[in-house]
Amino acid sequence: MTIRTEPVTLNLGPQHPSTHGVFRMRITFDGEIILDVEPVFGYLHRGSEKLAEERTYAQVVTLTDRLDYVSSMSNNLAYVLAVEKLSGIQPPERAMYLRVIAAELQRISSHLVATGFFLNDLGALATPLMYCFREREKILDLFEMLCGARITLSYMRVGGVFQDAPTEFWPAIRDFLGFMPEYIDEYEKLLTANEILLSRTKNIGVLAGETAINCSASGPVLRSAGVNWDLRKADPYDIYDRLEFDVPVGTVGDNYDRYLLRIAEMRQSLHIIQQCVDQIPDGPVRERIPNLVRPPVGDAYAHVESPKGELGFYLVSDGGIAPYRCKIRSPSLINLTVLRDILIGWKLADMIVTFGSIDINMGEVDR
Amino acid sequence: MTATLSADLIAQRLADSVPGAVVESNERDVWVTAESVLDVCSFLKDDPDLKFEYLVSITAVDYIEHFEVLYHLVSMTHNHGAVVRTRCWGREEPSVPSVTGLWQGADFQEREVYDLMGVRFTGHANLKRLLLWEGYPGHPQRKDYLEAPR
Repeated sequence: MTIRTEPVTLNLGPQHPSTHGVFRMRITFDGEIILDVEPVFGYLHRGSEKLAEERTYAQVVTLTDRLDYVSSMSNNLAYVLAVEKLSGIQPPERAMYLRVIAAELQRISSHLVATGFFLNDLGALATPLMYCFREREKILDLFEMLCGARITLSYMRVGGVFQDAPTEFWPAIRDFLGFMPEYIDEYEKLLTANEILLSRTKNIGVLAGETAINCSASGPVLRSAGVNWDLRKADPYDIYDRLEFDVPVGTVGDNYDRYLLRIAEMRQSLHIIQQCVDQIPDGPVRERIPNLVRPPVGDAYAHVESPKGELGFYLVSDGGIAPYRCKIRSPSLINLTVLRDILIGWKLADMIVTFGSIDINMGEVDR
Repeated sequence: MTATLSADLIAQRLADSVPGAVVESNERDVWVTAESVLDVCSFLKDDPDLKFEYLVSITAVDYIEHFEVLYHLVSMTHNHGAVVRTRCWGREEPSVPSVTGLWQGADFQEREVYDLMGVRFTGHANLKRLLLWEGYPGHPQRKDYLEAPR
């Protein structure tokens, strides 16, 4: 007697703890092996690009907070850089240093969230996540000093930043730079050589460099596949060209590499912040520009290396007070193009881990 | 620093290899015909001096009388970038050839442009709406879109 088998199609999400928000994947299985993956988007679509067309250039900053809500600073930065490029505004020196400090703090906090939830997906429920959130809390305290908010920050402004850092910020950030390396050592001691983590992530979800480039992947997903491409080096904005730092690059492109890369990037970010704190000059933090910015007719594209990858804003101005078109190049959405390449052929349990290692944020995927 | 390639240079190279493709060019921008997009992109990707192997983004802008579709391209090898633009006339069925055959990364982006702007990409294997659901009336990113008939 022969036993007949047939593929099974399963819906994962939109409500599922591993999907980091509301994301659905239609997966076809042969037993436990993945045959096909089809992502379904749009559950968190709020029409940010359309909303931006109805708001003034200054107001759009608040919309960018809500894209990738665990890295608002980077979103703010990408947007204000685009408006400044469009209208030819040059922010003061001190503001550029403050922006880089804020963006790098944000990178650490976003990578902490990514690492914590990655371990959560692996089945290490809550413990590593709480360790990571303990330090993220300290970063949010620093943000609170800078701008009074913790999540939806809106700290950056066209032509500078909202306000200068208060006096108590500087001892606090020096303190942070002092203890943070030890905390990263602590995660590494817990995790990096952990046998369960190694067996679940090593050589799983392997992404080749050429595939990553062809899929327009960016950020840690691209670099873990061995491609040395970081916009802070390749196309420096603000004051990154004055800072000395390394770009960590992976070798295999598996889940473990993506985890290691984020840890290495956190250390580099600390190094960058240290230099900024040492070098920051005195002076104004905001260019004196009118409240209603009216950029000349034209268009501009500006991008930053956000924690998730290349975040770009393409703005078109018709000379009015609101953008004629505001396109957001979201790294989270485009990084998902690699899903099929790294999931097909693996098992359901690997899928959860691999998906977690890409590190997406639904607010940015659906916009 | 990623150098911006002069659009005149690109137009010159295109005139030799994809004749008739360039509609207009100045020192900053180059416009090509909608039908030639695939040939142009394939040339830009494969030419050893240009080698735009990385597709940064695909965008469309609604200028009422026409849609402009933009391709932001970057060469990681040479660290330079360029923008290729094309105009699609007509509001009923504007369409450009899909570049998914060259870059997998175009897949979701073309679907997004189709979903929100209503520009069709011929040759795309799975041109479905990306963010909105099937059966959604209209394309909300268009300038003449009204949320509900009034």
